[in-house]
Amino acid sequence: MTSAPTSTAAASPTTAPRRPPAKRHPLLHPAAKVVLFLVCLLPLAWYVFGAFADRLGANPAETLIRGLGDWALRLLWITLAVTPLRTWTNQPALARFRRMLGLFAFFYASLHLLAYGWLDKGLDLADILRDIGKRPFILMGFTAWMLLVPLAATSFNRAIKALGAPRWQALHKLVYAIAVVGLMHFIWMRAGKNNFAEPLVYGSILAVLLGWRAWRRLRR
Amino acid sequence: LPGVKSTVAGATVMEKLTAYKDVTSYNNFYEFGTDKSDPAENAHTLKPRPWSVVIEGECAKPGRFGLEDLLKVAPMEERVYRLRCVEGWSMVIPWVGYSLSELLKKAEPTGKAKYVEFTTLADKAQMPGVRSGVLDWPYVEGLRIDEAMHPLTLMAFGLYGEVLPNQNGAPLRLVVPWKYGFKSAKSIVKIRFVEKQPVSSWTKAAQQEYGFYSNVNPTVDHPRWSQATERRIGEDGLFAKRRPTLMFNGYEAQVGQLYAGMDLKKNY
Repeated sequence: MTSAPTSTAAASPTTAPRRPPAKRHPLLHPAAKVVLFLVCLLPLAWYVFGAFADRLGANPAETLIRGLGDWALRLLWITLAVTPLRTWTNQPALARFRRMLGLFAFFYASLHLLAYGWLDKGLDLADILRDIGKRPFILMGFTAWMLLVPLAATSFNRAIKALGAPRWQALHKLVYAIAVVGLMHFIWMRAGKNNFAEPLVYGSILAVLLGWRAWRRLRR
Repeated sequence: LPGVKSTVAGATVMEKLTAYKDVTSYNNFYEFGTDKSDPAENAHTLKPRPWSVVIEGECAKPGRFGLEDLLKVAPMEERVYRLRCVEGWSMVIPWVGYSLSELLKKAEPTGKAKYVEFTTLADKAQMPGVRSGVLDWPYVEGLRIDEAMHPLTLMAFGLYGEVLPNQNGAPLRLVVPWKYGFKSAKSIVKIRFVEKQPVSSWTKAAQQEYGFYSNVNPTVDHPRWSQATERRIGEDGLFAKRRPTLMFNGYEAQVGQLYAGMDLKKNY
């Protein structure tokens, strides 16, 4: 989830760059991170505005819970897209945004869980635990969030040093499992209504993102 | 579409009406798309006139009935019903229509008519959602004959004193207030009296989740969520607590005897 100094993904590309990097690359500008930070807050800003302006439809609680879940998945997918994009577009500078994107995925996943617990379950902890125990798709979602916690907790530089890069990297490979579990949560949620159109889109993109990594590994 | 206040027992719920805007913009009508906002956006392509309904099967007087005749079968009544969706939300809606039994009696069902099967329109030209494979079209629903003949079972032609908006199932739909909403078939084109229990579209799609009866029952959970509580649409904003779901959606006094001695966990 964060940019490790010696990540395998960060290894220099096997082919020479097609063109020399531009002198003052905009992606390296200090403001780039600030801009990304603000962009990542836009969905939340919209939901906060929508909640106050009554713009979240007839069932605002459902809109919020589902919307926050959607954004958690989207940001996780974008995080996973950083390394392939960096290689495909030959933009090594993209790596510096990966940690922030991953943390935002965790942030939206946490808001999604909070919205479910609060708006749907009235913060009744016993009821939430019963729900997790009883319903596989809730268990899936909760598992994905729990697995995100150690990644978020070790996302700062000192944690990388303390763990040592190889261990840190091994831990952060969990992100692949989290994406699969998160996708299953989404598929299962839609299964009862036979509505697989969106999960199919997310699934296809994830297949490309993970498939590319597998293919690259096999080729070596 | 004016209607006189209904005198049927239980036909007027004394609860705050759900806003017209919510009733007509938050719908499950998969023929127009799977999002709740899709029907309101897409249903303008539906042509509710001219319209006719075929009544056939185990009855003495089958036939095809035009909408103008259907509107005259019985006086229009206003009925304020709770609507409980299987997804865990609810509304209170003032419908306009008459008891389905008034129409069914005209066809003179025979002794073999144990169930009634409802088929709804599935026209790709008018309904974009029918191109998707979400359900096996056309949408089919069914009731036991005594359920269909119950005075609360409503053939609705309007809501809020108006002709039914397309997204709510124009020009005529069923409203069975003690069952989950999907049992109330919309835009009906065929009513068939049958001897064997019909297979509903949702039962066909997911048998463990959607049974034939699908009576509102807080003690029988959906496999993926609890049915003990519901969210009343438009009630007190975002942090309103979910309200407890009532047995038979609050119509137990009127319909409880239909299910006397039945195991409602098995017959979900």
